[in-house]
Amino acid sequence: MSGVRRAADTTIIVIAVVLIWQGLAQWVGDTALPGPAPTLSYLAHFVPTARFAENAAATATAFALALLLAYGLGLGIGVWMGAQRFAGEVGEPILITLYSLPKITLYPVILLIFGLTLSGKVVFGAIHGILPVALLTMAAIRNIPYVYLKSARTLHLSPWQTIWNVLLPATIPEVLAGLRIGFTVTLLGVLLAEMFASKDGLGFLIINAMTLLQTKEMISIAVVLFAFAAVANAALLWIEHRLHHRA
Amino acid sequence: MTRAGAIRLLVVAGMIGALELACRSGLIDHRVMIPPSEMATALLTMLMSGQLNDDIVRTLGVIAISVVISVVFGFALGLLIHALPRLRAALDPFFATYYAVPVFIFYPVMIAIFGLSLIPIVLMGVATAIAAMIIATLNGLDRIPRVLTKVARVHRMGRLATAMRLQLPAAAPYLFTGVKLSVSYAFIAVIAAEFILAPAGLGRAIANAYADFNNRRMYALMLFVLLIATVVNAGLHALDLRWAKRRGARPS
Repeated sequence: MSGVRRAADTTIIVIAVVLIWQGLAQWVGDTALPGPAPTLSYLAHFVPTARFAENAAATATAFALALLLAYGLGLGIGVWMGAQRFAGEVGEPILITLYSLPKITLYPVILLIFGLTLSGKVVFGAIHGILPVALLTMAAIRNIPYVYLKSARTLHLSPWQTIWNVLLPATIPEVLAGLRIGFTVTLLGVLLAEMFASKDGLGFLIINAMTLLQTKEMISIAVVLFAFAAVANAALLWIEHRLHHRA
Repeated sequence: MTRAGAIRLLVVAGMIGALELACRSGLIDHRVMIPPSEMATALLTMLMSGQLNDDIVRTLGVIAISVVISVVFGFALGLLIHALPRLRAALDPFFATYYAVPVFIFYPVMIAIFGLSLIPIVLMGVATAIAAMIIATLNGLDRIPRVLTKVARVHRMGRLATAMRLQLPAAAPYLFTGVKLSVSYAFIAVIAAEFILAPAGLGRAIANAYADFNNRRMYALMLFVLLIATVVNAGLHALDLRWAKRRGARPS
């Protein structure tokens, strides 16, 4: 019952947002901000075009590779700094400082090294993602209760069994939270790279649309990216909650 | 200084030294990166000449405005949402998604609506920072111990006195976390917005120097932005630690 009411309340807010959008569109004019209906109809015939597919594929490729790199390096650094207490103590403040810096300032350096290539986008996206993955993985390992390791020893578990049956289940919810945040910021990194300088991708397309004053296209792309990020985040949150309840 | 702190300093110094060496020996091409020492001297000359003053004032001003708006309205909205549990429950999924979606992608839309002025940049700063303040306010209000309300009733304190003397101090650490996050988020959003498209500002100056192949200027500006962001974040962090210590030291 309360769940139904909550869903209804959330729906009301969504409707309110759409109405505000409509009101804003009428206020500033259709050329500056198209309303929800024209945007959706544009979206419906824009998404199946080859131009959208090519650029979406370019962003998806860069994002997937960046994510792979960020997860690999982030987990590696996190495990190392979590297991080696002293390395963690030395490195944690450095990582936190890097995390809160405006990393966009470094993009020109990456452009100078890699040029306008896929690798540049991938590296820039990964730079964003490595830090939260590493920080949360480190915290997860440090927070393992000592009793767990003691019981593993008492039960004469092999190192592999200890990792598989004790360490992994104990750390996975927090590590997953890191992976979820890493997903978000890596996507942002790739999009920022594309918005600043790129030959293809959805970020490039949105800036291109802005210079051509194609507001419908701009908002359509923003809506697609919003929907993708929101759905992916909801899915990852759902997995996280399930694992939390199991633990 | 602790042992870890000393080693951390050595590690950072070692990395800068290695970079300096790599640049000087030609391992890193001069067209890709200039030695850190040259970045610093270039920055000093630029700062002394005063040519950066306008951009510095503009960018830091925009960040300050964004932070003030985010903190004031974020706190007010937090109070409002906290007072309305039904609204809060309905907004919950939006808070969980807010930082997952690239809000920044709306910057071009803002430019289309408001033109290439300060407004879209401030809006991006506020859009990125305000949610952190709202969430921190809700968090802080949730954590106010119930016993404080009872204490207030026992002492027959008024609503205002209860809020100012008991509830606000109890929520203060969480509110400060919100301020800290707002500053760091506004910094990132404003610089990024300037980078992508803006008439002026530090972010724009870096992007322009990059477009002009002016590496000395670009690296000097980069160093400056990263230094300022680090100093501001570290300063807020130190304040936080000091207050936490004082709270801990206070007899309860």
